[in-house]
Amino acid sequence: MKIIVCIKQVPDTKGGVEFNPDGTLNRAAMLTIMNPDDKAGLEAALRLKDQYGAEVTVLTMGLPKAADVLQEALAMGADKAILVTDRVLGGADTWATSTTIAGAIRNLEYDLIITGRQAIDGDTAQVGPQIAEHLGLPVISYAMDIKVDEAAKKVTVQRQYDDRYHILEAQMPCLITALAELNEPRYMTPGGIFDAVKAEITTWGRADFKDVDDANLGLKGSPTKIAKASDKVRKGKGEKVTPDSPEEAVSYIVGKLNEKHAL
Amino acid sequence: MALEDYKGVYVYAQQVDNEISPIAFELLGKARDLAAPLETQVTAVLIGSEVKGLADRLAEYGADRVIVVDDPELKDYRTEPYAHALASVINEYKPEIMLVGATAIGRDLGPTVSARVATGLTADCTQLDIGDFPLNPLPNQEQKHNQLLMTRPAFGGNTIATIACPDNRPQMATVRPGVMQKIEPQAGRKAEVIEYNPGFTPNNRYVTIKEVVKAVSDTVDIMDAKILVSGGRGVGSPENFKILEDLAEALGGTVSCSRAVVDAGWKPKDLQVGQTGKTVRPNLYFAIGISGAIQHVAGMEESDIIVAINKDEDAPIFDVADYGVVGDLNKIVPQLTAAIKAEKAKKAAG
Repeated sequence: MKIIVCIKQVPDTKGGVEFNPDGTLNRAAMLTIMNPDDKAGLEAALRLKDQYGAEVTVLTMGLPKAADVLQEALAMGADKAILVTDRVLGGADTWATSTTIAGAIRNLEYDLIITGRQAIDGDTAQVGPQIAEHLGLPVISYAMDIKVDEAAKKVTVQRQYDDRYHILEAQMPCLITALAELNEPRYMTPGGIFDAVKAEITTWGRADFKDVDDANLGLKGSPTKIAKASDKVRKGKGEKVTPDSPEEAVSYIVGKLNEKHAL
Repeated sequence: MALEDYKGVYVYAQQVDNEISPIAFELLGKARDLAAPLETQVTAVLIGSEVKGLADRLAEYGADRVIVVDDPELKDYRTEPYAHALASVINEYKPEIMLVGATAIGRDLGPTVSARVATGLTADCTQLDIGDFPLNPLPNQEQKHNQLLMTRPAFGGNTIATIACPDNRPQMATVRPGVMQKIEPQAGRKAEVIEYNPGFTPNNRYVTIKEVVKAVSDTVDIMDAKILVSGGRGVGSPENFKILEDLAEALGGTVSCSRAVVDAGWKPKDLQVGQTGKTVRPNLYFAIGISGAIQHVAGMEESDIIVAINKDEDAPIFDVADYGVVGDLNKIVPQLTAAIKAEKAKKAAG
């Protein structure tokens, strides 16, 4: 079985974010991690590998330094790594990103593609389903559990909804988007790190995307355009008190709620 | 096809088990606001099996027209037949704007459909306006008028971005539930109902539903609650949530929680407020033992009154609280419950 896992290097949003003058994210200036949903997707793939002996290829699109998350994935146990990077890809929205990644994946053989549900920088949850759409694959989003029947070429997935879940069966090849809740990703092993350093990362650029029109790449190929981006304006600070006793705290709160007719 | 040929504000009227989801009414309310300056109609797209009877309700909440795609294949939500239904409606009727709820269904349907009809999609919008793009005139670039300007939080709620889709139609957005206001329903209001079926032929992309498991929950949906008493890791233990439950009961409110509490397994996910949980806007929100990580704040900062109790005087929750109290929740909360009970008894008597 061949599994492709799409992963993304994301800014660690706990550390604050920076922007370029055109409103796009200044990724170069921020601390980065492997996106948590993607890491769960990778772990799911590695468990299938443990169970069935699959070949796991990780693929990312980003700046050259996104190779870091590929190294991490290799150290966790992935077999091959592909970095999709090219100047023409800068500023891509989800349409352009999914078009590009689909173009890269067309070069590969696969039974299963796993992506994270969403990345913590954009939070869109769009790229996974859109890759499936470009490749004509069945998609199952929000996976909480994945089982594979290799002989029948079928997957059985527990798919989360707001108030329920569905147990779905799909024909492989298919694409699954993983929730961080799916599992607890493994740590890199010393041996894995050693092997990962030796492992070669394949780098693909514009010439390597199959059946992709230039008009669909990067900022120019993105239907959505940023009109404005800014730090969030939060509502003004209210009052803060440090009462001497619980009684004082209670009378303060009750007083304020009465003032606002909230009781 | 010229962009001007795309007309009307369309709403995906999500239904589950043949019951219209609240987000559908919220989107209709917003669609009416957007349709006014564009001088156009609001159309609801209703997809399901035996759902035609729901059209009148959509009319009462603001739909001028309802396009019904009714087919046995559409009984339960599955990406493929639903995406085929909605994409076919878009290709046939050519909406200018297509709004979808940012629910677990809409966030699957939206991306698939937008890719299929080759347009942009802006996710999880919290504000929608009609305006110019670029916002201000620029040399060497045409300024387009009457564009949908879609505003959304990004980067973990650290930033807010306004996005347009100037050169593709429809302009598509998913909209976060609980943010837009539905209109007061007008009893007896009717819509033009159009039945449309593009035909459904199962292919490799149709998945099979083996089982549907509904979460058993007898609790009030925290998105509907007027008063929320929300606890964080600072509450200390699942048992200690009892003091929050008592306070909620005294107030006539509901208990909710932060992500840390769900991650610790103290409370179920459907009580979680925040970016990966639910967005709430109650009249009164108590944040108790919640530090106020930006991901939490993103889900509750629209509350009318925010009261925070935390022993850490530097907790970021105090930056959004209207009334912040630095102190020990274990001492304050039980006394507050007693005081509120007394206050209510006094009001009832007086």
